[in-house]
Amino acid sequence: MPETRVTAAPPAPAVRLPRRRGIEFTLIVVAVLLCVYGYCAVGFAKNGTVPPGAAGYGAGLGVLALLAHLAVRWRAPYADPLLLPIAVLLNGLGLVLIYRLDLETPGARAAPIQLSWSTLGVALFIAAVLLLRDHRVLQRYTYVSVVTALALLILPILFPAVNGARIWIRIAGFSIQPGEFAKVLLAVFFAGYLAANRNALAYTGRQIWKFKRLQLPTGRVLGPIVAIWLLSVLVLVLERDLGTSLLFFGLFVILLYVATGRTGWIAVGLLLACVGAVAVGWLEPHVHSRVQDWLHPFASIEAGQGPNQLAQSLFAFAAGGMLGTGLGLGHSILIGFAAKSDFILATAGEELGLVGLSAIFLLYALLVERGHRAGLALRDPFGRLLAIGLASIVALQVFVIAGGVTGLIPLTGMAMPFLAQGGSSVVTNWIIVALLIRISDSARSQYDGTAAP
Amino acid sequence: MTKYIRRASVLCALLLVALLVNATRIQVFQAQSYDDSPANRRRTIARYDQPRGDIVVGGSTVTGSKDTGEQLRHERTYLNGPLYAPVTGFASQLYGTTFLENAEDDILSGANPMLAPLPLWNDITRAQNPAGKVVTTLDPAAQQAAYKGLGSRRGAVAAIEPSTGRILALVSTPSYDPAELSGTGSAVTRAWARLNGDASKPMLNRAIRQTYPPGSTFKVVTAAAALDAGVVTDLDAPTASPNPYRLPGTTTRLTNEIEGCEDASLRDAFEWSCNTVFAKLGVDVGLDDMTHTTANFGFNDRSLKIPFSVVPSNFDTRLDNAQLALSSIGQFDTRATPLQMAMVSAAVAGGGSVKSPYLVERTTTKGGATVSTNGPRTLHQAMNPTTALLMRELMTDVVTEGTGTSAAIPGATVGGKTGTAQHGVGNSGLPYAWFISWAQADDSMEPAVAVAVVVEDAAANRGEISGGGDAAPIAKAVMEAVLNSHSGGS
Repeated sequence: MPETRVTAAPPAPAVRLPRRRGIEFTLIVVAVLLCVYGYCAVGFAKNGTVPPGAAGYGAGLGVLALLAHLAVRWRAPYADPLLLPIAVLLNGLGLVLIYRLDLETPGARAAPIQLSWSTLGVALFIAAVLLLRDHRVLQRYTYVSVVTALALLILPILFPAVNGARIWIRIAGFSIQPGEFAKVLLAVFFAGYLAANRNALAYTGRQIWKFKRLQLPTGRVLGPIVAIWLLSVLVLVLERDLGTSLLFFGLFVILLYVATGRTGWIAVGLLLACVGAVAVGWLEPHVHSRVQDWLHPFASIEAGQGPNQLAQSLFAFAAGGMLGTGLGLGHSILIGFAAKSDFILATAGEELGLVGLSAIFLLYALLVERGHRAGLALRDPFGRLLAIGLASIVALQVFVIAGGVTGLIPLTGMAMPFLAQGGSSVVTNWIIVALLIRISDSARSQYDGTAAP
Repeated sequence: MTKYIRRASVLCALLLVALLVNATRIQVFQAQSYDDSPANRRRTIARYDQPRGDIVVGGSTVTGSKDTGEQLRHERTYLNGPLYAPVTGFASQLYGTTFLENAEDDILSGANPMLAPLPLWNDITRAQNPAGKVVTTLDPAAQQAAYKGLGSRRGAVAAIEPSTGRILALVSTPSYDPAELSGTGSAVTRAWARLNGDASKPMLNRAIRQTYPPGSTFKVVTAAAALDAGVVTDLDAPTASPNPYRLPGTTTRLTNEIEGCEDASLRDAFEWSCNTVFAKLGVDVGLDDMTHTTANFGFNDRSLKIPFSVVPSNFDTRLDNAQLALSSIGQFDTRATPLQMAMVSAAVAGGGSVKSPYLVERTTTKGGATVSTNGPRTLHQAMNPTTALLMRELMTDVVTEGTGTSAAIPGATVGGKTGTAQHGVGNSGLPYAWFISWAQADDSMEPAVAVAVVVEDAAANRGEISGGGDAAPIAKAVMEAVLNSHSGGS
């Protein structure tokens, strides 16, 4: 497999695509202005004046976005021009929503903290864009990635649980969610492992079903897959983190399918997921109660104990209706302590309405689609799988958390990418966008006018 | 691999479609049922998000609103809370609303769609209507006079304008300050427990929600029935009534507190309140005509609203003659609210016609544009106009030379009737002192006011409790207040 050992520079492309950095700059300006407008709208709704920090907030977001743009312009000039503006807009909107919820909770000042984490995220974004000249370098670290990821996942078990889930570590007043960083590392591992073993997975082993729909590979190749599945269930049980386990599992199934093209793997994956989920749903009381809440969101009301978080979240979405109440004019704070993190989408749904919510979903969809497109345009399997993996992380995460707070699937504690309060999450998502920028730059700068194989 | 990447993209797109479909389900199709859930606090928050509209008495508001900055933001305040409590009721964030606060809640809270500046405008802007105002018919001077007159005694006053049915005063004592119940704090729950546990029942609206045996004031109804039925044709002709009067079919002998009731004329019997004469008159009129007349005065009417409901006054429709005799002098099961007795007095003053009593003159938007108005509405013709004229004469005599002289007002024609109703087991309770009356200024074409006063207790010695002594001065003060505010140029 020669593509796994590339060290020379990529061959000179036959066709140079337009760079489109001007479009990116214009879209960033629009994104920053939209966020400042939202920030002012909150201030007008709550206090009748422009909030005192409006200039500073706009300048801060603008400078961050501009620095990121300059880094892209310098080192990734062919990168997809939509990725960075979408990230800026989502992050800025998240800051507006958190600031807006801060106003309802005296004493809590989550927005400035989130802004500092965003600054760190953008700094890592810039560092990644500047230092990582070629994404294929990452393939060398396939096994380092998985070992680091496992270490990060296991680390929180040593720390006390927070709100029922054992996924945080607290150091010097900062709480970090190592599982967030593990996502990227696992995507690197999956992409590297599958790129190296895709042929063995696709074409060897015993055929156990006719029509070649399902073919069991040899144990040596299959082993790591089963190990990962068990690990995801183990993480779930020990840390009570259904979301992360679901994410890892979905990510793995998608990448396995893309790498081997065997539909049977999807079937096996779904089967294993169902078995795992049902088993855990029965055995683990924390997860069991989540499932009960999902099936009967209003049971606590009928029992006279008042609405639970999911019911409050549904009330918030319903109150938004088609056009929303307007920023700052909703009552999503009734959801309670997780209003700024797990349930921040409810604030968007109530105050921006179905229209605003759809716009946010479409921004995510655009981000995912651009990631997939970069994967399509690349020629090396590792890069392709990494692009698909990173984009799918965003897609799965959005689906799992948005589906959870709107009652589509059982609720799992996860962070809406860029939108929710949470330092680790924001930093991780900026790294994901940096990698997608790097991949899309490679994809477009080496484009030779023909489709990839 | 390209094909599989495309399929993975399609999968992500399907996930997005599922999210959009589900969001549409919640935010559009099921939104109404979620909004309507009683566990959803949004409606309550919205209700208190703007200041509550005001209740207006005599051109100035008797209510207000204060911004607490809490989640349920605006709390109700009251000026002269105890004075107007029987009219305003309370508007509590914990215990709901009563009386006008309840009956006109859609105006006062801004929920009434008529308050919107343009139809459908609020559906687009999602703005709330500014709360409207409720303008009452009350005469603040009359209300004050009644409240002051009752003082620390338990009792009630109702005053009506006979020609229209406008309620000029509605007082109940002892009273309470509804502001104590406005908010949500522990002080409110304590006040609620204290007011409900109080033996003197300060939250009971005695003017409309409590019935009393009307005693001799009911003789107005019996006399009107006798005149209408033709049982008596001449006020000054002697009635064939014995003293004492043996109740038909029994050995019980009914007596009088005064001398000279035997065969007394209707005029004298009314003036001196002869029980024997009216007991026999009731039996002579008969059950059918008595129930007919009492119904026309408003007894047994379960539907009366002013706009909040009034407890029906009772005159039994199945009675033997002994019971009919006692019922005809306001005893046995006959019971009346003070408002009902004010309507009886107003019917005499107003030519026999009973107007539907009302408390709300009009409702307006915050800016003052009228939303709805109330006007005079005839409930029934209680008696013939000629009978009404004769009854005016009888009631005037009571004030000029009978038991009600303490209600006389210079420069005005005043008619009245006293009553002292025994109650309790074996009449052991202190009697209720009644006085019903009306007044017409000498330079006026129509009577200005009809009043009913009842004083329940207790501070006075038993012998001194009487309609003439306790209740009549209060009625006089109320009538004077109304006459003065009329001559004052309104």
